[in-house]
Amino acid sequence: MVGIVLVSHSRKIVEGIYELASQMTGGKVPIGIAGGTQDGRLGTDATEIMEEIKKVDEGEGVVVLVDIGSAVMSAQMAIELLGEEYEGKVKIADAPLVEGAIAASVEASIGSDFDKVLLVAEEAKKLNKL
Amino acid sequence: MVITKNGVLKIVDKIVEVIKENKEYLTQLDAAIGDADHGINLDRGFDAVKQKLTTLPETTDIGTILKTIGMTLVSTVGGASGPLYGTAFMRAGQVVQGKNELSEEDIVKIFEAALDGIKQRGKAEAGDKTMIDSIEPAYKALKDSLENNIALPEALNRAANAAKEGMEYTKNISARKGRASYLGERSIGHLDPGATSAYLMIKSFSDVVNLS
Repeated sequence: MVGIVLVSHSRKIVEGIYELASQMTGGKVPIGIAGGTQDGRLGTDATEIMEEIKKVDEGEGVVVLVDIGSAVMSAQMAIELLGEEYEGKVKIADAPLVEGAIAASVEASIGSDFDKVLLVAEEAKKLNKL
Repeated sequence: MVITKNGVLKIVDKIVEVIKENKEYLTQLDAAIGDADHGINLDRGFDAVKQKLTTLPETTDIGTILKTIGMTLVSTVGGASGPLYGTAFMRAGQVVQGKNELSEEDIVKIFEAALDGIKQRGKAEAGDKTMIDSIEPAYKALKDSLENNIALPEALNRAANAAKEGMEYTKNISARKGRASYLGERSIGHLDPGATSAYLMIKSFSDVVNLS
Protein backbone atom coordinates (compact mmCIF):
# COMPACT_ATOMS: atom_id res chain seq x y z
CA MET A 1 0.00 0.00 0.00
CA VAL A 2 1.09 3.58 -0.67
CA GLY A 3 2.26 5.32 2.48
CA ILE A 4 1.38 8.85 3.58
CA VAL A 5 3.44 11.25 5.69
CA LEU A 6 1.88 14.35 7.20
CA VAL A 7 4.11 17.32 7.97
CA SER A 8 3.16 20.40 9.96
CA HIS A 9 4.85 22.99 12.14
CA SER A 10 2.52 21.87 14.88
CA ARG A 11 2.53 18.38 16.37
CA LYS A 12 -1.11 18.82 17.35
CA ILE A 13 -2.16 19.54 13.78
CA VAL A 14 -0.68 16.33 12.38
CA GLU A 15 -1.92 14.29 15.33
CA GLY A 16 -5.44 15.55 14.66
CA ILE A 17 -5.31 14.87 10.94
CA TYR A 18 -3.81 11.45 11.63
CA GLU A 19 -6.73 10.67 13.91
CA LEU A 20 -9.23 11.77 11.29
CA ALA A 21 -7.58 10.00 8.36
CA SER A 22 -7.05 6.77 10.32
CA GLN A 23 -10.68 6.67 11.32
CA MET A 24 -11.82 7.18 7.73
CA THR A 25 -9.59 4.39 6.45
CA GLY A 26 -10.05 1.96 9.31
CA GLY A 27 -6.37 2.26 10.16
CA LYS A 28 -5.42 0.33 7.02
CA VAL A 29 -3.08 2.91 5.52
CA PRO A 30 0.42 3.44 6.91
CA ILE A 31 0.41 7.11 7.91
CA GLY A 32 3.44 8.80 9.43
CA ILE A 33 3.42 12.14 11.18
CA ALA A 34 6.18 14.70 11.59
CA GLY A 35 5.39 17.88 13.47
CA GLY A 36 7.12 20.34 15.76
CA THR A 37 10.73 20.22 16.90
CA GLN A 38 12.31 17.63 19.16
CA ASP A 39 12.22 20.08 22.05
CA GLY A 40 8.50 20.75 21.60
CA ARG A 41 8.52 24.06 19.73
CA LEU A 42 6.66 24.82 16.52
CA GLY A 43 8.76 23.88 13.51
CA THR A 44 9.71 21.15 11.09
CA ASP A 45 12.58 18.69 11.21
CA ALA A 46 13.86 17.13 7.98
CA THR A 47 15.39 14.16 9.80
CA GLU A 48 12.07 13.35 11.47
CA ILE A 49 10.29 13.53 8.11
CA MET A 50 12.92 11.20 6.64
CA GLU A 51 12.42 8.65 9.44
CA GLU A 52 8.64 8.74 9.01
CA ILE A 53 8.95 8.19 5.26
CA LYS A 54 11.12 5.12 5.90
CA LYS A 55 8.64 3.88 8.50
CA VAL A 56 5.58 3.97 6.24
CA ASP A 57 7.30 2.82 3.07
CA GLU A 58 6.00 -0.57 1.98
CA GLY A 59 7.70 -0.42 -1.39
CA GLU A 60 4.85 1.23 -3.31
CA GLY A 61 5.84 4.82 -2.68
CA VAL A 62 5.11 7.54 -0.15
CA VAL A 63 3.09 10.73 -0.63
CA VAL A 64 4.09 13.59 1.65
CA LEU A 65 1.64 16.32 2.62
CA VAL A 66 2.88 19.56 4.12
CA ASP A 67 1.50 22.75 5.63
CA ILE A 68 3.43 25.94 4.86
CA GLY A 69 6.85 27.57 4.57
CA SER A 70 9.69 25.57 6.00
CA ALA A 71 7.61 22.37 5.91
CA VAL A 72 8.11 22.36 2.13
CA MET A 73 11.86 22.89 2.38
CA SER A 74 12.28 20.36 5.18
CA ALA A 75 10.31 17.74 3.23
CA GLN A 76 12.41 18.38 0.11
CA MET A 77 15.52 18.03 2.21
CA ALA A 78 14.23 14.78 3.75
CA ILE A 79 13.67 13.30 0.29
CA GLU A 80 17.19 14.35 -0.73
CA LEU A 81 18.64 12.78 2.44
CA LEU A 82 16.94 9.48 1.62
CA GLY A 83 19.13 9.18 -1.45
CA GLU A 84 18.83 7.40 -4.77
CA GLU A 85 17.09 4.36 -3.36
CA TYR A 86 13.93 6.43 -2.90
CA GLU A 87 14.20 8.51 -6.06
CA GLY A 88 10.83 8.95 -7.75
CA LYS A 89 9.12 6.91 -5.02
CA VAL A 90 8.53 9.79 -2.63
CA LYS A 91 6.81 13.01 -3.66
CA ILE A 92 5.38 16.06 -1.99
CA ALA A 93 1.76 16.63 -2.99
CA ASP A 94 0.97 20.19 -4.02
CA ALA A 95 -2.17 20.05 -1.93
CA PRO A 96 -3.85 21.49 1.15
CA LEU A 97 -2.78 19.48 4.18
CA VAL A 98 -6.12 18.42 5.69
CA GLU A 99 -8.12 17.85 2.50
CA GLY A 100 -5.14 16.33 0.73
CA ALA A 101 -4.43 13.96 3.61
CA ILE A 102 -7.99 12.68 3.74
CA ALA A 103 -8.23 12.27 -0.05
CA ALA A 104 -4.84 10.56 -0.28
CA SER A 105 -5.41 8.16 2.58
CA VAL A 106 -8.85 7.12 1.36
CA GLU A 107 -7.40 6.57 -2.13
CA ALA A 108 -4.48 4.59 -0.72
CA SER A 109 -6.85 2.48 1.39
CA ILE A 110 -8.59 1.15 -1.75
CA GLY A 111 -5.25 -0.01 -3.07
CA SER A 112 -4.56 2.66 -5.69
CA ASP A 113 -1.03 3.12 -6.94
CA PHE A 114 1.41 5.93 -6.12
CA ASP A 115 0.59 8.16 -9.11
CA LYS A 116 -3.14 7.90 -8.47
CA VAL A 117 -2.82 8.68 -4.76
CA LEU A 118 -0.64 11.69 -5.56
CA LEU A 119 -3.08 12.91 -8.22
CA VAL A 120 -6.10 12.58 -5.95
CA ALA A 121 -4.26 14.43 -3.16
CA GLU A 122 -3.47 17.29 -5.53
CA GLU A 123 -7.01 17.42 -6.86
CA ALA A 124 -8.16 18.12 -3.31
CA LYS A 125 -7.10 21.73 -3.77
CA LYS A 126 -9.90 22.21 -6.29
CA LEU A 127 -12.52 20.94 -3.89
CA ASN A 128 -15.45 23.32 -3.45
CA LYS A 129 -16.87 23.44 0.03
CA LEU A 130 -19.97 25.46 -0.71
CA MET B 1 47.54 31.14 4.14
CA VAL B 2 45.65 28.03 5.21
CA ILE B 3 43.00 27.51 7.87
CA THR B 4 43.63 24.50 10.07
CA LYS B 5 40.99 22.25 11.56
CA ASN B 6 41.51 23.98 14.86
CA GLY B 7 40.92 27.28 13.08
CA VAL B 8 37.64 25.98 11.68
CA LEU B 9 36.53 24.93 15.17
CA LYS B 10 37.43 28.40 16.48
CA ILE B 11 35.30 29.98 13.76
CA VAL B 12 32.38 27.72 14.66
CA ASP B 13 32.77 28.61 18.35
CA LYS B 14 32.69 32.28 17.41
CA ILE B 15 29.53 31.79 15.33
CA VAL B 16 27.86 29.98 18.24
CA GLU B 17 28.81 32.84 20.56
CA VAL B 18 27.73 35.64 18.19
CA ILE B 19 24.38 34.00 17.41
CA LYS B 20 23.75 33.66 21.15
CA GLU B 21 24.64 37.34 21.73
CA ASN B 22 22.31 38.40 18.93
CA LYS B 23 19.49 35.99 19.68
CA GLU B 24 17.09 38.70 20.88
CA TYR B 25 18.09 41.11 18.12
CA LEU B 26 17.47 38.57 15.36
CA THR B 27 14.16 37.60 16.92
CA GLN B 28 13.12 41.27 17.05
CA LEU B 29 13.95 41.69 13.37
CA ASP B 30 11.89 38.61 12.63
CA ALA B 31 9.02 39.89 14.77
CA ALA B 32 8.69 42.83 12.36
CA ILE B 33 8.32 40.81 9.15
CA GLY B 34 8.30 37.11 10.01
CA ASP B 35 7.22 34.80 12.79
CA ALA B 36 9.55 36.10 15.50
CA ASP B 37 11.62 32.99 15.99
CA HIS B 38 14.77 33.40 13.89
CA GLY B 39 17.15 34.19 16.76
CA ILE B 40 15.65 31.61 19.10
CA ASN B 41 15.68 28.92 16.39
CA LEU B 42 19.25 29.56 15.32
CA ASP B 43 20.51 29.74 18.89
CA ARG B 44 18.95 26.34 19.66
CA GLY B 45 20.50 24.95 16.51
CA PHE B 46 23.99 26.25 17.22
CA ASP B 47 23.78 25.15 20.86
CA ALA B 48 23.10 21.66 19.54
CA VAL B 49 26.03 22.06 17.11
CA LYS B 50 28.32 22.93 20.01
CA GLN B 51 27.24 19.81 21.91
CA LYS B 52 27.47 17.59 18.86
CA LEU B 53 31.00 18.70 17.95
CA THR B 54 32.30 17.63 21.35
CA THR B 55 31.26 14.05 20.51
CA LEU B 56 33.30 13.85 17.27
CA PRO B 57 36.61 11.96 17.38
CA GLU B 58 39.82 14.05 17.26
CA THR B 59 40.64 12.69 13.82
CA THR B 60 37.45 14.01 12.18
CA ASP B 61 38.23 15.93 8.99
CA ILE B 62 36.91 19.41 8.16
CA GLY B 63 34.44 18.08 5.57
CA THR B 64 32.84 15.80 8.14
CA ILE B 65 32.77 18.58 10.72
CA LEU B 66 30.91 20.87 8.31
CA LYS B 67 28.49 18.12 7.28
CA THR B 68 27.80 17.31 10.93
CA ILE B 69 27.03 20.98 11.58
CA GLY B 70 24.62 20.92 8.63
CA MET B 71 22.78 17.81 9.77
CA THR B 72 22.54 19.14 13.31
CA LEU B 73 21.02 22.41 12.11
CA VAL B 74 18.56 20.55 9.89
CA SER B 75 17.31 18.47 12.80
CA THR B 76 17.20 21.14 15.52
CA VAL B 77 16.43 24.61 14.13
CA GLY B 78 12.78 24.10 13.20
CA GLY B 79 12.22 27.09 10.92
CA ALA B 80 13.25 27.68 7.32
CA SER B 81 16.76 28.62 8.38
CA GLY B 82 17.28 24.96 9.40
CA PRO B 83 17.16 23.45 5.90
CA LEU B 84 18.77 26.58 4.42
CA TYR B 85 21.83 26.84 6.68
CA GLY B 86 21.82 23.05 7.00
CA THR B 87 22.14 22.67 3.24
CA ALA B 88 24.82 25.38 3.15
CA PHE B 89 27.04 23.61 5.70
CA MET B 90 26.42 20.17 4.20
CA ARG B 91 27.32 21.33 0.70
CA ALA B 92 30.37 23.16 2.04
CA GLY B 93 31.43 19.95 3.77
CA GLN B 94 31.11 17.98 0.54
CA VAL B 95 33.63 20.13 -1.32
CA VAL B 96 36.32 19.75 1.35
CA GLN B 97 35.72 16.12 2.22
CA GLY B 98 38.75 14.46 3.84
CA LYS B 99 40.71 17.70 4.29
CA ASN B 100 42.43 18.69 7.50
CA GLU B 101 43.27 22.19 6.41
CA LEU B 102 41.72 24.64 3.98
CA SER B 103 43.57 26.47 1.25
CA GLU B 104 42.34 29.84 0.00
CA GLU B 105 40.89 28.02 -2.99
CA ASP B 106 39.00 25.69 -0.63
CA ILE B 107 37.54 28.67 1.21
CA VAL B 108 36.22 30.14 -2.05
CA LYS B 109 34.76 26.71 -2.89
CA ILE B 110 33.07 26.48 0.50
CA PHE B 111 31.41 29.86 0.03
CA GLU B 112 30.32 28.96 -3.48
CA ALA B 113 28.88 25.59 -2.45
CA ALA B 114 27.05 27.14 0.50
CA LEU B 115 25.59 29.91 -1.65
CA ASP B 116 24.50 27.52 -4.40
CA GLY B 117 22.93 25.20 -1.82
CA ILE B 118 20.92 28.01 -0.26
CA LYS B 119 19.75 29.29 -3.63
CA GLN B 120 18.66 25.85 -4.67
CA ARG B 121 16.93 25.01 -1.40
CA GLY B 122 15.12 28.32 -1.06
CA LYS B 123 14.57 28.89 -4.78
CA ALA B 124 15.65 32.49 -4.23
CA GLU B 125 17.97 34.95 -5.91
CA ALA B 126 19.72 38.14 -4.90
CA GLY B 127 17.17 40.94 -4.41
CA ASP B 128 14.50 38.71 -2.85
CA LYS B 129 15.34 40.05 0.63
CA THR B 130 16.89 36.88 2.00
CA MET B 131 20.22 35.65 3.37
CA ILE B 132 21.43 35.49 -0.25
CA ASP B 133 21.61 39.29 -0.28
CA SER B 134 24.49 39.19 2.16
CA ILE B 135 26.12 35.89 1.17
CA GLU B 136 26.36 36.49 -2.59
CA PRO B 137 28.22 39.83 -2.37
CA ALA B 138 30.48 38.34 0.30
CA TYR B 139 31.34 35.42 -1.94
CA LYS B 140 32.06 37.75 -4.86
CA ALA B 141 34.23 40.06 -2.74
CA LEU B 142 36.18 37.12 -1.36
CA LYS B 143 36.75 35.56 -4.77
CA ASP B 144 37.75 38.87 -6.41
CA SER B 145 40.10 39.79 -3.59
CA LEU B 146 41.90 36.44 -3.61
CA GLU B 147 42.16 36.51 -7.41
CA ASN B 148 43.85 39.90 -7.05
CA ASN B 149 46.37 38.45 -4.60
CA ILE B 150 44.95 40.16 -1.56
CA ALA B 151 45.84 38.25 1.60
CA LEU B 152 43.12 36.04 3.11
CA PRO B 153 42.49 38.08 6.29
CA GLU B 154 41.90 41.24 4.25
CA ALA B 155 39.89 39.29 1.64
CA LEU B 156 37.62 38.00 4.40
CA ASN B 157 37.39 41.48 5.84
CA ARG B 158 36.17 42.73 2.47
CA ALA B 159 33.75 39.82 2.27
CA ALA B 160 32.32 40.76 5.67
CA ASN B 161 31.97 44.39 4.58
CA ALA B 162 30.21 43.31 1.40
CA ALA B 163 27.89 41.10 3.47
CA LYS B 164 27.12 44.07 5.70
CA GLU B 165 26.25 46.28 2.73
CA GLY B 166 24.10 43.50 1.31
CA MET B 167 22.35 43.11 4.64
CA GLU B 168 21.69 46.86 4.82
CA TYR B 169 20.33 46.80 1.28
CA THR B 170 17.61 44.36 2.38
CA LYS B 171 16.11 47.24 4.35
CA ASN B 172 15.23 49.04 1.10
CA ILE B 173 13.57 46.20 -0.77
CA SER B 174 10.39 44.21 -0.38
CA ALA B 175 10.38 40.52 0.39
CA ARG B 176 9.55 37.95 -2.25
CA LYS B 177 10.22 34.81 -0.20
CA GLY B 178 9.01 33.35 3.05
CA ARG B 179 6.55 34.74 5.55
CA ALA B 180 7.72 38.31 4.93
CA SER B 181 6.51 38.08 1.32
CA TYR B 182 2.92 38.13 2.60
CA LEU B 183 3.64 41.67 3.76
CA GLY B 184 4.87 42.78 0.33
CA GLU B 185 5.70 46.49 0.30
CA ARG B 186 5.16 46.71 4.04
CA SER B 187 8.35 44.71 4.51
CA ILE B 188 10.33 47.72 3.19
CA GLY B 189 12.13 49.53 5.99
CA HIS B 190 12.99 46.34 7.86
CA LEU B 191 16.25 44.43 7.74
CA ASP B 192 15.93 40.83 6.69
CA PRO B 193 16.71 38.57 9.68
CA GLY B 194 18.31 35.89 7.48
CA ALA B 195 20.58 38.39 5.74
CA THR B 196 21.51 39.65 9.20
CA SER B 197 22.36 36.25 10.66
CA ALA B 198 24.34 35.41 7.52
CA TYR B 199 26.32 38.65 7.90
CA LEU B 200 27.01 37.82 11.55
CA MET B 201 28.38 34.42 10.57
CA ILE B 202 30.61 35.82 7.80
CA LYS B 203 31.82 38.56 10.16
CA SER B 204 32.66 35.88 12.76
CA PHE B 205 34.66 34.00 10.14
CA SER B 206 36.56 37.18 9.23
CA ASP B 207 37.12 38.24 12.85
CA VAL B 208 38.64 34.90 13.88
CA VAL B 209 40.99 34.84 10.89
CA ASN B 210 41.96 38.48 11.40
CA LEU B 211 42.71 37.93 15.09
CA SER B 212 44.81 34.81 14.65
